[in-house]
Amino acid sequence: MEQTDDRPQSSAVAVEYVRPEVRLLPTPTAETEAFWTGGRDGRLLIYRCRSCERWFHPGSAACFRCRSIDVGPEPVSGRGRVAAFTINRQPWIPGFPPPYVVAMIELAEQPDVRVVSNVVGVAPESVSVGLEVEVFFEQWEDIWLPLFRPAAGVIDE
Amino acid sequence: MSEPGVLFDGKAVLTGAGKSQVGRRLGRGGLELTIEAALRAIADAGLDPSAIDGVASYPGPGVPDPGFSGATVTELRNALGLRSTWFTSSMETAGQIGPAIDACMAVATGLAEHVLVFRSVWESTAQTAGRASVLVGGGRLTGHLEPFGPFGAVSAANWLAMPAQRYMHDFGLTREQLGAIAINARRNAGLNPDAVYRTPMTMEDYLEARMISDPFCLYDCDVPCDGATAVIISRREAAAGLPKPPLTVESVGTGMFERATWDQRADITTMAAHDAATTLWERTALRPADVDIAQLYDGFSFLTVQWLEALGFCEHGKVGEFIEGGHRIALDGELPLNTSGGQLSGGRLHGMGFLHEACVQLWGEGGDRQVRKPPELAAVAVGGGPVAGAMLLSRRD
Repeated sequence: MEQTDDRPQSSAVAVEYVRPEVRLLPTPTAETEAFWTGGRDGRLLIYRCRSCERWFHPGSAACFRCRSIDVGPEPVSGRGRVAAFTINRQPWIPGFPPPYVVAMIELAEQPDVRVVSNVVGVAPESVSVGLEVEVFFEQWEDIWLPLFRPAAGVIDE
Repeated sequence: MSEPGVLFDGKAVLTGAGKSQVGRRLGRGGLELTIEAALRAIADAGLDPSAIDGVASYPGPGVPDPGFSGATVTELRNALGLRSTWFTSSMETAGQIGPAIDACMAVATGLAEHVLVFRSVWESTAQTAGRASVLVGGGRLTGHLEPFGPFGAVSAANWLAMPAQRYMHDFGLTREQLGAIAINARRNAGLNPDAVYRTPMTMEDYLEARMISDPFCLYDCDVPCDGATAVIISRREAAAGLPKPPLTVESVGTGMFERATWDQRADITTMAAHDAATTLWERTALRPADVDIAQLYDGFSFLTVQWLEALGFCEHGKVGEFIEGGHRIALDGELPLNTSGGQLSGGRLHGMGFLHEACVQLWGEGGDRQVRKPPELAAVAVGGGPVAGAMLLSRRD
């Protein structure tokens, strides 16, 4: 396992991700369409202010920091860390069985920008705050859901 | 005459409180329950319905979630034939008691003399009939479910479990400490004949309960119920001669300093509660140490943790030590908490139940659950995540 010196040791344990039978799909809006469809081109698109150059999420028609309206979606690396997570154990949705991990992923580009998603390909009990993750996309009809898995090199195989 | 510096010049007072039948799957209509609570509150204030010239409620019309609103202001006004000089409903406000704060402003400025403020839910009955359609109806997600539902996070339990677990990670809060909130609520509910769940609960029961979304188990989540709550907020001059000592609204907390989101707050171990609490204390000379009882929202146990630190009863991150063992928050403790059983055991009256219980305790009408030392100042705080509002009520003249 390759790790750089500043990379915390992870105890994450790999498991095979099985795509659920069902996912509830979003209704993209003008401000969320890029987020839900960027995966078509393999890109995670997050809103950025072209005036102050800072990222923000969810997308909006103005930068909440500097109030510029020169804003729009741009690709990010898709890498980040788990800022917070929960293991959901309650069966809410027929065809999407628990347990599964729901997490806030802080983006490598700017840690105070968080994306809520699932962390998969890892045993739920071995997910921890700070776990390094990377995005991949799962297509459902016209939606490409950004999902996250442990970044290459941080997981025990 | 009120003291200088009291918010609203001391003109906003509570004169009555009422609650409908509360329970699981009552099978009664939302409007019927609302009318029951309203008429009880009006009678409690010693008023005739013809004296009610203002009406305010949360959330108002247009909310699709089944049973989230048992009746709107319009429905209640029409049903009771109320002649109003002022009325409002809102969801974009300081939590579920935001309209109560609006009512304080209305009476203080003379727009109304006696405002009926209510909150009505019948989620238990509605969800029994219609819940499945929300999640498997084949439609697409919109609104607050759009960002989270695709990842199976369809419940506020999921959205709030994340910051709860991060708080535990950062500050060492334990499940046993969270459990103290739930067990305290259940113990108090056992003394409240209106509470939904009254069977005693031990720490073992709590720790062995099935998990919903880590760190929340079943008993960290409140229980949907049917029921309505109402209070009467009056202009002080108009309260002269009424049967109960008026309760003064000493301050209100309405702050919201960041974007209203569940996931983007700069510090995810705090919530909008902290902003509401900041404004509450900015508007009064009273201090947290002056508070005798606390009625703090417990839609999830962790939200009470948030309010305890937001309101300054504990330092940020130190709530676990304060609630451990439950002694300080018990009826005979230094800060009796959620004396009716809260929403965890009393039922999810959605915020207004806490305001109702503060009135009951300040008037000394708590019966078996009345706190031992007659309270003079109550803190009421409702909401979680991006929803927050707070109020300080006193019995002083």
